[in-house]
Amino acid sequence: MSDTPRSPLYFAWRRFADNKAALVAGAILLLIILMAIFAPLIAKTGYADQKFLTQAYAFPQAEFWFGVDDLGRDFFTRIVYGARVSLTIGFTAAAFSLVIGIPLGAIAGYYGGRADWCVMRLIELFSVVPPLLAAMLLGALTNGGFLTIVLIAALFGWVQVCLLVRAQVKAIAQKEFVRAAQALGATPGYIIRRHLIPNAISPIIVGFVLAIPLAMMLEASLSFLGIGVPPPTPSWGQMINVGMNFMYFYWHLAVFPTAALAITVLATTLFGDGLRDALDPTLKGR
Amino acid sequence: MTPALELKNLSKTYQLRQSGGFFARSTDHLAVNNVSLTLPRNQILGLVGESGSGKTTTGMMAMRLVEPSAGQILVGGTDITALGHAALKPYRRKMQVVFQDSYSALDPMMTLAQIVAEPLHIHGLGTGAEQTEQALDMLVKTGLDHSYGNRYPHELSGGQRQRVAIARALILHPTVLVADEPTSALDVSVKAQIINLLLDLQAEMGLSILFISHDLSVVRSLTDKVAVMFQGRIVEEATTETIFTDARHPYTRSLLDAIPVLNPRDRRARTFLTRAQIEAATPRLSGQDGRPELLDIAPGHRLEAIR
Repeated sequence: MSDTPRSPLYFAWRRFADNKAALVAGAILLLIILMAIFAPLIAKTGYADQKFLTQAYAFPQAEFWFGVDDLGRDFFTRIVYGARVSLTIGFTAAAFSLVIGIPLGAIAGYYGGRADWCVMRLIELFSVVPPLLAAMLLGALTNGGFLTIVLIAALFGWVQVCLLVRAQVKAIAQKEFVRAAQALGATPGYIIRRHLIPNAISPIIVGFVLAIPLAMMLEASLSFLGIGVPPPTPSWGQMINVGMNFMYFYWHLAVFPTAALAITVLATTLFGDGLRDALDPTLKGR
Repeated sequence: MTPALELKNLSKTYQLRQSGGFFARSTDHLAVNNVSLTLPRNQILGLVGESGSGKTTTGMMAMRLVEPSAGQILVGGTDITALGHAALKPYRRKMQVVFQDSYSALDPMMTLAQIVAEPLHIHGLGTGAEQTEQALDMLVKTGLDHSYGNRYPHELSGGQRQRVAIARALILHPTVLVADEPTSALDVSVKAQIINLLLDLQAEMGLSILFISHDLSVVRSLTDKVAVMFQGRIVEEATTETIFTDARHPYTRSLLDAIPVLNPRDRRARTFLTRAQIEAATPRLSGQDGRPELLDIAPGHRLEAIR
C-alpha cells in the first residue's frame, strides 16, 4: 500500500497516460482549443476583413499560410476563427446533452419500472429519426443560427449520454452502499446526487467528450448545406461548400477547411475513446 | 422493559412471473411466512438457516428496506410498519445494518472519513468539521487509526472494510443492529477479529444485534438466542445453549450435523436430510396431518410441530 491515498480517478489518469494515441490526440485538441481562444492574437486581420482583394485566390505562400479566399480574406485567419465556431458549438451542444441526459438517465436507472419505460421509448423515438434529416428540417424551419444548431445537436446528443448514465446508475443502484444510505433515511435525490452521479462520472465524461465531435460534424453538415451558421461568420462546413466550387483550380480553398474539420473531429474522438478506456476498463472496445 | 426490536407475524410474498410472454400468469412465492421474533435489549439474536430460507429478507424487512406484505415491525415498542419516509427518519437513527459484502457496501468514490460521517450528514448532526472528527473517532474505535480517514475503500483489506462498515453503522449510536452475514466473506482469523469487535462494541454501546448467518460456529460464540429458519418459517427458537445441546427439530439437527469437525477421527456419520425428509420428520403431536405451528415446549424454547 502506498503512503498517499489514491483516488480512483488517479488510476484512470495513469491508464490514460499509457495510451499514446489518446495522449497525442489530447495534445492536438488542446492546441486547437488554445488557437481558438487566442485567435485574435494569431490572426493578422479580422475574420471578415477583405484586405487582400487584389490577391484573391492566392495560393499558400509565406505571407498567406493557407492562401487567400475568393473574397480576398486571409484563409488562415478564417480557419483559426472557424475553430472557434466549431469548438463552441461542439462544447455547448455536449454540455446541453449532459443537462438533458444525466437527469433522465439517472431517473430511469434508479427508479426503473415505469420511469425507465418512458425514457427508453423516448430514446427509441430519437434513435429512429436520422439526425441529419431532422436537423435539416428543423434548421430550415428556423433559418439556422448558432443557438438552433446547438439545440439540434443536443437534441440528438443526449441519447448516448442518457444510455451510458442509465446503465451505470442501474448497476450501482444494486450495490449495498446505496442500501446503506437508504437504511439511513437518505432521500432518492440525495442518493442520486451523492452516490449515483459521482459513481457515474466516468460515463458522463466519456459521453460529454464523444458528444463533441458529433455536434461539430452536424454543424459542419448544416453549414455546408447552407442552413447552418450564416456568413460572414466563418464555419468550416460553410468554407468547404465554397471551396468545392473552386476545387479543380484553387485546391487550398477546399483542402484546408476539410483537413481542419477532420483533424479536430479525429482528435476529439481519439481523446474520448482514450478517456473511456482509462475511466472504465470494462467498457473497452465498445 | 420493551424489547429493542419486535417482529410480529411478518410475511413477504413475491410475485413470480412465469415465462411465456404477456399473458403469463404470476405465481406467489412466500419468501417469509408469518415470522415473529423478539430481540431483547442488549442481546444478540442469531437467525440461521440455509440460503433462500428467508433470513436476509426478514432482516431487510426489519430495516424497512423491503416492504413486508403482512405483519408489524416494532422498534422500542413503536410500530414503524406503515410510517412514511419522513416519519420513519428518526427511527432510522435507531436501527442500522451491516452487510455481507464489505466491498460493495462502501462507496468507492468517497474517502473513509466521508463514508463514516455520512450518517451524521444525512441526519444533519453537527458542522462538517465536527462530523469528520466524530467519524475519525469512530474509525479509531473500530480499530483503524486517524490516518485512514482520507484513504479510499479499494486500499483496504476485507476485514478493514468491514470495520469501516461497522463504524458507519454505529456512529449514530443505534439501539438495533442488523448484521447480515458480516463475517461470511472473511477468512477465519479476520472473522474472529470482527466478531470480537462486534462483542466489544455491543457491550460498550448497549446494542441489540440481529445476527443473520449460516455459520453455526460463529453463531455459537456470539449469540444469546438462536432462531432457525426453514422455507420462510421459524422452525425452532431457543437459547444458544439449548440449540446446540438439545435441538428438537430435524432441520436444526441436520444444520448442526453439517458443522465440519476438525479431527477426522471424531468424524461421525452425518445425516443430510432432503426437504421432503425434513417435512416428513417434523414433530407431530397427534399423528394427524395439519398446519405446522410454533409451540412453546419449554420456557424460551419454541418448536414447530404439527398439532
